[in-house]
Amino acid sequence: MAEIVKRKKSISRYFVIVLIIVITVIYLIPFLYIISTSFRPWTEILDFPPKIIYKPSIGSYIRIFTSRTVYPPGEKLSDEEVANLKWYERIVYNETNEEVIRMGDLPRRYLNSAIIGVTSTVITVILGTICAYGFSRFKIRGKDDLLFFILSTRMLPPVVVVIPVFLMFRYLNLTDTHIGLIILYTAFNVSFAVWVLKGFIDEIPIEYEEAAMVDGYTRFQAFRMIVIPQAVTGIAATAVFCFIFAWNEYAFAFLLSRKVAQTVPAWLPYQMGVLGYDWGAAAAGSVLFLIPVLVFTIILRKHLVRGITFGAIRK
Amino acid sequence: MFRRIKDKNIRDDQIVYHSLRDSSIIRLFVLPVIILLVAINVFPLFWSLILSFSNYSAKMVTEWGKNPEMVGGVNYSKILTDPDMWYKFITTAKYVVLSVSGEMILGFGLALLLQLKFKGRELITTFLILPMTMSPVIVGLMWKLFYDPNWGMFNFLLGLGKIDWISDPSRNLYSVVIVDIWMWTPFVMLLSIAGLSAIPKYLYEAAEIDRASWWSKFRRITLPMVYPILLVALIFRTMEAFKIFDLPMGITGRGAMAPQLIAMHLYNVSFVTWKTSYGSAIGYIILIVIIAITSIFIKYLNKAKQ
Repeated sequence: MAEIVKRKKSISRYFVIVLIIVITVIYLIPFLYIISTSFRPWTEILDFPPKIIYKPSIGSYIRIFTSRTVYPPGEKLSDEEVANLKWYERIVYNETNEEVIRMGDLPRRYLNSAIIGVTSTVITVILGTICAYGFSRFKIRGKDDLLFFILSTRMLPPVVVVIPVFLMFRYLNLTDTHIGLIILYTAFNVSFAVWVLKGFIDEIPIEYEEAAMVDGYTRFQAFRMIVIPQAVTGIAATAVFCFIFAWNEYAFAFLLSRKVAQTVPAWLPYQMGVLGYDWGAAAAGSVLFLIPVLVFTIILRKHLVRGITFGAIRK
Repeated sequence: MFRRIKDKNIRDDQIVYHSLRDSSIIRLFVLPVIILLVAINVFPLFWSLILSFSNYSAKMVTEWGKNPEMVGGVNYSKILTDPDMWYKFITTAKYVVLSVSGEMILGFGLALLLQLKFKGRELITTFLILPMTMSPVIVGLMWKLFYDPNWGMFNFLLGLGKIDWISDPSRNLYSVVIVDIWMWTPFVMLLSIAGLSAIPKYLYEAAEIDRASWWSKFRRITLPMVYPILLVALIFRTMEAFKIFDLPMGITGRGAMAPQLIAMHLYNVSFVTWKTSYGSAIGYIILIVIIAITSIFIKYLNKAKQ
């Protein structure tokens, strides 16, 4: 009797596992599709239905990195000229019969995203750590009100402030500058950083610092040598969250950057038309843009719940 | 030994730091953040309020009394009597209800399935949360390729004909809903997993002794215990879905055929036709609606916590 129940249980167990795996595979199909599209050779991108097995090509990646012109029809390069082309020029020539004229816009946009993301993250984490430490360790009048105020700014829908921010930036000449977006992303992330970091610092026993200060450390030394090393995991996790937010942000980047400080999300969706519906290049750009976030998500997975609940749930 | 000598050298500093008063601590540690938040959030909020009661276009030259001319509640009454605006609000509400309910059901369902302990569970969870951390506009772009009626895989995999999911206005609201569900189901799943794993095991053991059925265990133990965290997920998702902008921008763009969502309309009004004040008023209405909805949910949350 017991054996039958057991077998029944193990059958349903396998059923659930198979179900979960099937769901996961279905879930990942859009990703797999975009990755496979980005590696498809030029002639096969618009094949329908697409071939499952094909000879991968990095032509799409070269196209998203370069600006090109089409050779006049009928004009063919001699074998010697083809041999003189650089390797990426040859791939482009063979696939689409185009000539590479210069580096494209992607590297510049990618660099902008990185500069704005990293700088705003560093500032956010420094401001956030100090502020969280203040809230965690000192009696501050109206502490709860201040903390609630900080949280409420994060809950504020950006659509409400987008118009005055736009006017303010126009007045201060901050439109289309790196500084402008850095200030903006810092302001949006710092509320989040304070909340999450306060949780992490609260977990460090206050006795450590007290003991250190009895030994003659100053408050600042205790903060630097006791608190920071203990909170370093939390600080790193917070930093990754802030970076992902700044890297992904679209609404403000789209509105406040045109050329100089334009980030990838504000730029890539509008390349579809420009590239003459070059699907391969759009897919390649998306993949390149998603890779850093992918890596960070995998690193961050243990702290994800804590991050998305502003430190309310600690696992 | 070395440390003691070093400490003696900086005794002066020590006195300074030890004598910090509360007020100076606030000034040093807390004030920079508060100032930044006031400058980027609170100040614009008030500016927006004033703008919404005026008649201002950011495209024209500012001329006090003429371009920002105080007109009272005209913008609000215009918005509330415009049937087109009501249509947009109803469309947005439809979007919120469909996408959030889909996410809640699927996310909680997945979390229940993932209660089963097996090898590779961690890996699967990591795979499932990937969509959530990506840029919505790039996710939108990705799905635009996936949805394409001629070459995209979506119709092909589902065995549908050449259905246009992107530019057909009767359908593209639902295509954005599908992507929203795909992207944010992991969010609900992750919170649900956290809630489920916080339920004390002895409750189930006690129920086991009483030979309670799976359904009664679920209804009497699981559901009441995860209810607060499900509400938290619901609050977050409702707020986010109501102001959705970047996802439809990636999928459909904001042309005439785009889904009639309110945040997209705000951008069009404010930065295409440059009716700045009118846009500010729409923004304030969005804010009021979001505050109203979330405070109802928070009331339930406080009741559940008692």
